[in-house]
Amino acid sequence: MNPLTLWPVAASEQAARIDTLFAGLLVLSGAILLLVGGLLLAFGARYRRGSHVRRGELPGFLRRDVEIGWTAGTLFLALFLFWWASTLALRGNAAPPDALEIHVLAKQWMWKVRHPGGAREIDALHVPRGEAVRLVMTAQDVIHSFYVPAFRLKQDVLPGRFTEMWFRATRTGDYRLFCAEFCGTQHSHMGGMVTVMEPEDYTRWAAVQPREQDLAGEGAALFTALGCAGCHAPSAAVHAPRLEGLYGRSVPLADGSRVQADAAYLRDSILQPKRAVVAGYEPIMPSFEGVVDEADLQRLVAYIQSLGEAAR
Amino acid sequence: MSEALVQRDIPDAPAPGESYLTAETGLASWLLTTDHKRIALLYMAAITIFFFLGGAAAVAMRIELFTPQADLLSDDAYNRAFTFHGVVMVWFFLLPSIPNILGNFLLPLMIGAKDLAFPRLNLLSWYIFIIAGTLAIYTLLAGGVDTGWTFYTPLSTAFANGHVLAAAGAVFIAGFSTIATAVNFITTVHLLRAPGMRWFRLPLFVWAIYATSIVMVLATPVLAMVLLLIFAERAFDIPIFDPLRGGDPILFQHLFWFYSHPAVYIMVLPSFGVISELVACYARRRVFGYSFMVYAILWIALVGFLVWGHHMFVSGQSMLANLAFSFLSFVVAVPSAIKVFNWTATLYRGQIVFDAPMIYALGFIGLFTIGGLTGLFLASIPVDVHVTDTYFVVAHFHYIMVGGAVSALYGGLAFWWPKITGRLYPEGWARFGAVMMFFGFSFTFFPMFVMGFLGMPRRYHVYVPEFQVWHVLASAGAVVLAAAYLLPMGYFAWSLVWGRRAPANPWEATGLEWQTASPPPVENFVTPPVVTQAPYGYHPEDAGPPALDRAAHRPQGHQP
Repeated sequence: MNPLTLWPVAASEQAARIDTLFAGLLVLSGAILLLVGGLLLAFGARYRRGSHVRRGELPGFLRRDVEIGWTAGTLFLALFLFWWASTLALRGNAAPPDALEIHVLAKQWMWKVRHPGGAREIDALHVPRGEAVRLVMTAQDVIHSFYVPAFRLKQDVLPGRFTEMWFRATRTGDYRLFCAEFCGTQHSHMGGMVTVMEPEDYTRWAAVQPREQDLAGEGAALFTALGCAGCHAPSAAVHAPRLEGLYGRSVPLADGSRVQADAAYLRDSILQPKRAVVAGYEPIMPSFEGVVDEADLQRLVAYIQSLGEAAR
Repeated sequence: MSEALVQRDIPDAPAPGESYLTAETGLASWLLTTDHKRIALLYMAAITIFFFLGGAAAVAMRIELFTPQADLLSDDAYNRAFTFHGVVMVWFFLLPSIPNILGNFLLPLMIGAKDLAFPRLNLLSWYIFIIAGTLAIYTLLAGGVDTGWTFYTPLSTAFANGHVLAAAGAVFIAGFSTIATAVNFITTVHLLRAPGMRWFRLPLFVWAIYATSIVMVLATPVLAMVLLLIFAERAFDIPIFDPLRGGDPILFQHLFWFYSHPAVYIMVLPSFGVISELVACYARRRVFGYSFMVYAILWIALVGFLVWGHHMFVSGQSMLANLAFSFLSFVVAVPSAIKVFNWTATLYRGQIVFDAPMIYALGFIGLFTIGGLTGLFLASIPVDVHVTDTYFVVAHFHYIMVGGAVSALYGGLAFWWPKITGRLYPEGWARFGAVMMFFGFSFTFFPMFVMGFLGMPRRYHVYVPEFQVWHVLASAGAVVLAAAYLLPMGYFAWSLVWGRRAPANPWEATGLEWQTASPPPVENFVTPPVVTQAPYGYHPEDAGPPALDRAAHRPQGHQP
């Protein structure tokens, strides 16, 4: 980057839209600043002490109408800006359903990334250009924040919870990744590079990464090892909800409400199974809090998710 | 006359009309005083020390950030420096500065009272403040804290190595001082106004201090609560924020910002009051839209409580909550804009005198406008996602709290210096200092907007080389800014010895504080004042301000 650049590179679909809003705000605040600054200077010069200008009573309309006028004007301007910013926020909110899902685990002081095919990276993220990419993120210790300035995106990464963000990169290249939430001693070292590649290059890159078992595969092994299969497998004798095709579906609960079976819900159900019991089942599942760590939870959720996709 | 003579015979009882500075002497007469004016000076001494300490931490940071790699400080030392800077500047400098120095001194004078409602409580709150401040300094000497002034969990409860409990304890104790002072101010404004001093005849400084005090009383207990929860988790291992044991780290952020956003208004509302006094006096005009100014202060104090979630747009908060907080944040921008427009309009058809306090005030309006306008960027969810936790935010809140509140503090100190000390400050030096503060500040903090927008995260000890040019600019500006902060301390001290003696009302200002001697007598007014008109009577309602016949302020010249 040229050291005197004033505008950061824009490399995602969102970035272009946010830049428009930013430029709009810049023009608007520039105008207000010029108005206020200009008036301060003009009044300061014209009405400096002893200058020979008329200083009578203020005209009546100035006293009240102007006050009400600029109060209303400022309010409308604020509401307009709110409308503009919010529609933009809502537009980019939901990830497309076919987005490429990549898991991110943050810990003091590194980013661990796992791709759907099993490729792993540390402090680096390779993504295909033009495809929607959804990051499902969690932290192992404290709060971190995944920040890619070129994408204009930032999302806190929390321990004990999944947070998500999505983007569609528009330009190939290497872009900085930072941790934006203060996370302890080496916070400022916790960063890396996001590499945007052509889709075919990404496929080639992913193929030559050391092939390890993918998240869902590891999750399947855990599913048996932890005894989940004893109740939730199709052959089990215990009356427990079946998990095939569950992911992404709307599930009726015992209290009459419905819930979307997403990653967060699955995670909560493993840790606090009695909180949202599925209609028609007894609350007999034990909590796995303290038994499974964040990485295991990611594996289990990935496995249940793969069951969902297999059944669809 | 004979009464005065009789009183003179009683030991230790000052004669009526004797200056509060000389009525009694000796260290004990200061440390055990219940005179609000002397307590204001005690606060001034303590707060100046904290300003130096917090400033020293900032200097260390700006030196470190001159180059991208680590040269002066280690990781931990840097993290402790910015934490100390934040804790000290927020709780031991900005929050108490204007209310406890200028507020304490001026509030009773401005409403025509003899003292605050609870003079001994006033002294007690100074001692509580000193205990808290001593604990904060102990924290530094013992090795410091490395959580940031925000104490985010679970970092602060389960991972930080520093003296979190001592630092949190210092802030907790300081809160009692804040609440005691605020209760005192509220009671005083309600009960001790002079005859005829109706609510809508109060100077805007009194309104600002009154609104600030209400926010202090309502918000500070929430801070105390959240610090106690940190204490419970860190000291007794009771999981409240630890997600691995059923706690919720986000709960901390809600509670913390429920206090800390109103705290921003605690820091800036008093400066609105100061600026209104200065602009009216040096433009020689009634404040434009006085009643709107009052309602704007109250509106900010109220809605300021409802916008805390805009600190949490990327915390994983739901989109619905984000939209609600974004909406309220835009709404709270309106009264601030009204105030800026009204100050500007007050200049219209004035007789503007560019003495140092006015230069500080004009600088305040410019810097506060930039700080406020960048607040609109941060209230817009998509833009905030990009610039939150970057130097853009650092620049934004320094524009409000340093460009704004500190400019107002220096301007107010210069303006009321003759009243407080009985001496005039040297005008030429003061003007130079005011201009230097404006440029030094802009030079330091404007580059931070640019580097924040480019993506430079805050709280970084080392950084990637492409941001260096902006850091170098900021560090260079900081040299000018530091000089601009130190210079007034020099000429204020000079004026105590060589400054010309001040008349009761050197600026021909309105306001009851100018109707008594400089410095005021112990009992504030020899004859209790009666108020018969609205404030800021600089000119008749139906005519503009008359030509000002006082001589230009040149006190550094020879004695007449």
